[in-house]
Amino acid sequence: MSNPGERPASTSRTPKETAALVAKTLNRRYWAERRFRFYGLSAVILGIVFVLFLFITIFAKGMSTFQQSYIKLEVFYDPAIIDPNGTRKPEEIANADYLQLVRASMKARFPQVEGRKETRDLTRLVSGGAAFDLRSRVMSTADLIGQRETQWVLASDDVDMLMKGRIQRPTEEQPGPLSMDQVTWIDQLLKEDALELRFNTTFFSHGDSREPEQAGVWGAVMGSLFTLALTLLLSFPIGVAAAIYLEEFAHKNRWTDIIEVNINNLAAVPSIVFGLLGLAVFIGFFGLPRSAPLVGALVLTLLTLPTIIIASRAALKGVPPSIREAALGMGASKIQMVTHHVLPLAMPGMLTGTIIGMARALGETAPLLMIGMVAFIVDVPKSFTDPATVLPVQVFLWSDSPERAFVERTSGAIIVLLGFLIVMNATAVVLRNKFERRW
Amino acid sequence: MTPAALLVVLVGLAMVGYVMGKSRAIATVGGNRGVRNLHSLPSYYGALTALWCAVPALLILGLWVAFQDTILVKLVTAHMPAAVRSLSSNELSLVLNDVRNVVDGNVPLANARPEVRAAAEEYLELRGISRTALTALAIAAALVFMIVARARITPAFRARNAVERIIEFALIGCSLIAVLTTVGIIASVAFEAARFFGKVPWYEFLFGLQWSPQTAIRADQVGSSGSFGAVPLFWGTAMISGIAMLIAVPIGLFSAIYLAEYAHRRFRTWTKPFLEVLAGIPTVVYGFFAALTVGPALRTWGEAIGLSVASESALSAGLVMGIMIVPFVSSLADDMITAVPQSLRDGAYALGATKSETIRQVVVRAALPGIVGGVLLAISRAIGETMIVVMAAGLAANLTANPFEAVTTVTVQIVTLLVGDQEFDSPKTLAAFALGLVLFLVTLGLNILALHIVKKYREQYE
Repeated sequence: MSNPGERPASTSRTPKETAALVAKTLNRRYWAERRFRFYGLSAVILGIVFVLFLFITIFAKGMSTFQQSYIKLEVFYDPAIIDPNGTRKPEEIANADYLQLVRASMKARFPQVEGRKETRDLTRLVSGGAAFDLRSRVMSTADLIGQRETQWVLASDDVDMLMKGRIQRPTEEQPGPLSMDQVTWIDQLLKEDALELRFNTTFFSHGDSREPEQAGVWGAVMGSLFTLALTLLLSFPIGVAAAIYLEEFAHKNRWTDIIEVNINNLAAVPSIVFGLLGLAVFIGFFGLPRSAPLVGALVLTLLTLPTIIIASRAALKGVPPSIREAALGMGASKIQMVTHHVLPLAMPGMLTGTIIGMARALGETAPLLMIGMVAFIVDVPKSFTDPATVLPVQVFLWSDSPERAFVERTSGAIIVLLGFLIVMNATAVVLRNKFERRW
Repeated sequence: MTPAALLVVLVGLAMVGYVMGKSRAIATVGGNRGVRNLHSLPSYYGALTALWCAVPALLILGLWVAFQDTILVKLVTAHMPAAVRSLSSNELSLVLNDVRNVVDGNVPLANARPEVRAAAEEYLELRGISRTALTALAIAAALVFMIVARARITPAFRARNAVERIIEFALIGCSLIAVLTTVGIIASVAFEAARFFGKVPWYEFLFGLQWSPQTAIRADQVGSSGSFGAVPLFWGTAMISGIAMLIAVPIGLFSAIYLAEYAHRRFRTWTKPFLEVLAGIPTVVYGFFAALTVGPALRTWGEAIGLSVASESALSAGLVMGIMIVPFVSSLADDMITAVPQSLRDGAYALGATKSETIRQVVVRAALPGIVGGVLLAISRAIGETMIVVMAAGLAANLTANPFEAVTTVTVQIVTLLVGDQEFDSPKTLAAFALGLVLFLVTLGLNILALHIVKKYREQYE
């Protein structure tokens, strides 16, 4: 190209021609630009719509869980039923037929009801759990026998669903879970202010149950708490120690390369594989009890370790070398340098990473299914070796139940779970913003 | 002494050791004024003595507790009447379970059958002996090591270096747990899988077209054979992951591009956390959403336009899984796009390219290896995802290309085979481990490949 004026004939264009060509295509290119931008924006908006839609559906289904229908009963603690022999022995009182008390007081309210089937239908408006409540009431205060008392007792799940508008009123053509008679009685109870929605304490104080109105998340919350506490106790020290070794002590060689690749890969291994490991090693080989928070915590420790190690290493990397050099220059040993100077500065970052790891562990379901934490457990766990379940597994269990009312309970449990997760993640964000240092 | 009580005693002994070591060090240099003549601070001598006192004894305690039960059960079984020992392994484990219940006090001793009672009594006796032995051994070890360590203390003794060496070994030990986990996964899964392949040939498993893992309880039962051809599962997994990627890759990529290149800073700070929320939601919530909202909705829409959609369809599971993976793809793509040097963009602008042309022809191409790596990681995530498919994809092992039908996946089958009561040596249970092995190897391969690509790409611009 010695002479700029001379060009090969085939591709030669004068500047004017080029400008014309550009001008001709410019409109099209600007349209393409707008289109591209529109695609990007709609992808973002689509994502946000998903989030909102998910939250709105869950909340719409679940918020009503926090209320529960109760029926007002005039209970007569009939000695002839509770204690026919008049012995007042606790074991005899405990074995009495308390459902009969419920039946009697419902019949007293609706004297027009006759016949076995009708009486049964009438009693079914009240939850089976009411009998247990009356029993524990009598067991705690024996003086009640022979007395009359007004008690609010749990209504059955079908009544609850009708009150919340989750099921239709039955008609002649479309019978529902409630009969026409039952709906008439419900209307009468409503008119007499003997049936109302109140705050659902059962949901927050009971373990699992086959009856939706008696089922609560407290057992699962305690199970999650035991499991997570032990997980934190194991994974935080081990994770931090491993990160310190890899970042501060290890020489770069093949061995540490292997460890590093290993940790990165473990972080991406499907969680269910960790469940298989737990089943084969902790339960199969070491003979630890099934369904126990202890085994759950061991599995979740292995699962969260990579996350914690990676976050802790990043936090250690963030501490400037000058701090280390200053400490070493003053005669500190390497361990002193780490424990006195580097570690305190890296701690906020490590804690943030740990909280995020714990949040992940809290939501983890699949590996816990493998180690038997899916059992149906009514009792609230009291130790690390009691059979227990955790919140996400409880969600899974309830979502499988056929009763209509369990859909609402499941959503309620999800709201509780999301509540915990939001608190944990918010803590992590606050911690990061408060202690993050720019050097 | 119970192990818990022993633990408390050992911790107490270690404290005593600390005080003894420290006072001994101070005594060797003639009181507090001579401390400067010590090589290390007195507390290091105390710590060293305490460590020597506690660590060997705790190791003994740990190993003993881990293996005591297995050994005791073996001994007890060996002494059982021949009639019991000759039972099948299932029935034997039931008997052992009874023994365990008696031992734990769940069943009173008097109510047990004679052979169970004898075994339980023997177990309790052996456990008593074992505990006494453990207590004696551990406390002896603690005392001996404590006295030896204390005797070695002289002013010139480098206690700090010794303590620091022990700490360093502890740190190495912690970092080895990650390696041990991998070894554990491979060993446990491969061991059980090998037992499975001893019963079912591997080619039948990998290439068979029929999956029905029901094995018979009685030999003469109908359909007792059980067939373990896993191709329908692989196909179902691939189809659901494919649908998920069809959703996740475009949305994730476009939102990453928009947020990184176009969005106003304030828009970005508000919308990014919103998308990241999707990554923090537990998968069981997505599963519930897929099974209760998306599945029925698809079914209703399908009916409206005359399609028959199963209520548990590959489509609903794939759709929801795609939503779950969006933030994963978008955050990885975002990293890759922001890593592309500004100079490349400036060069493209200088040549007269519009912004979208720059992005399409320069930025995305420069970031392509990283994006591909991210997508591979996302695929491995989709393959290993469990809860969504368990709740929304169904159990029918159909070999179909129709996304409106129910399919099943590897993870679903692992869960259904292993949840609930199981015998440990039936092919049905072992098949789950074989599936687990395949799952582990495939995701591991994808991860290694993806991490390699991402790492190589990152170095390119650093």
